[in-house]
Amino acid sequence: MFLLSWLIGFGRFWYDFIIGDDWTVAAAILAGLIVTAILNSRGVTAWWLVPVIVVVMVAVSLRRAGRT
Amino acid sequence: MTGVAVVLLTTFLASAVEAVEMVTIVLGVGATRGWRATFAGVGAGLLVLAVVVVAFGLALRATPIGPLRLIIGTLLLIFGLQWFRKGVRRVAAHGLAGLRMRAADEPSEWTGEGFDWTAFVLAFKGVVLEGLEVAFIVVSFGVNAGQLGPAVIGGVAALVVIAAIGAALRGLVTQIPRSLLQLMVGILLTTFGTFWSLEGLGVAWPAGDGAILGLLALYLLTAATFITIERRHAFGYSPGT
Repeated sequence: MFLLSWLIGFGRFWYDFIIGDDWTVAAAILAGLIVTAILNSRGVTAWWLVPVIVVVMVAVSLRRAGRT
Repeated sequence: MTGVAVVLLTTFLASAVEAVEMVTIVLGVGATRGWRATFAGVGAGLLVLAVVVVAFGLALRATPIGPLRLIIGTLLLIFGLQWFRKGVRRVAAHGLAGLRMRAADEPSEWTGEGFDWTAFVLAFKGVVLEGLEVAFIVVSFGVNAGQLGPAVIGGVAALVVIAAIGAALRGLVTQIPRSLLQLMVGILLTTFGTFWSLEGLGVAWPAGDGAILGLLALYLLTAATFITIERRHAFGYSPGT
C-alpha cells in the first residue's frame, strides 16, 4: 500500500514537472524535436524550428489561459 | 606562452562557460524556490559527478553526451516554458508596480511543508550535465595535449571562481521580485533547454555557443511582447499611457 501511494506520488511529481498545466505545450515541443531530428538526418537546416514552436506555443497557451 | 599555460587557460575559459550555465540555473532556482532543496540538489549532483569521474576517469571521452544533452535539454525546455508562461502572466498582472515590489511582498513559488523536489531535480540536472561537460573538456584537452594536471587545475579553478561570483551575487538576486525572477529563470531554462536538446540531436547551431545569446534575445523579446499584449487586454494599457 505504501509502495503504491509512493509510486502514484512519484508519477504525479514527474507529470507535474514535465507536463504541467498545459499538455499541448509539451506535445508540441516533442513533435518539434522529432521533426527536427528527421530534417537534420536528411541534411535540412532545422535549428530554427523549435525556437519558432516555443514562441507560437507561448502565444497559444497564454491566449487559452486568458479565455479561462 | 608555454604549453602548460595554454592548456590551463584554455580549459579554464572553456570550463568557465559551462560553469556560468550551471551557476545561473542554481542561482535562479534557489532564489525562486528556496535554497534548502536547491543546495541538496547541488550536493547530490556533485556526488554523482564525483562517482562518475572516479569510476570512468579517462574513459569519459568515450561516453556519448548527445543523448544526455537531449534528455536533460528537453526536460529543462518543457519545464522552463511553464515558468516562462507563468512569469509573463504574473509580471503582466503586477506591471511596473510589480517590478518595484520587494521579494518579501510576493508569495513564494514553493509554500509546501515537505521537501521541494522540483528545486532539487532542477539543480541536480544542471550540476550533473554542466559538471560532466566540464569533465569532458578537462579530459579531452588534458589528454590530447598530454597535460592532464594543468587541465584539471584549469577546470576546477573555473568552477570555484564562477561559484564564488554566484555566491557573491546571491544577495542581489534574492532582492528581485519573485514574479520577475520566475520569468527570468523561465527564459534562461527555455534558452538552455532549446540549445542543449537540439545539440543532443546533432543539430549544428549557427555561431556555436553564441547561439545561446541569440535564443536569449528572442525569448526576452517574446516575453516583452506578450507582457505588453496581456496588459493591453487586461487593463487597456498601451505604451505611452
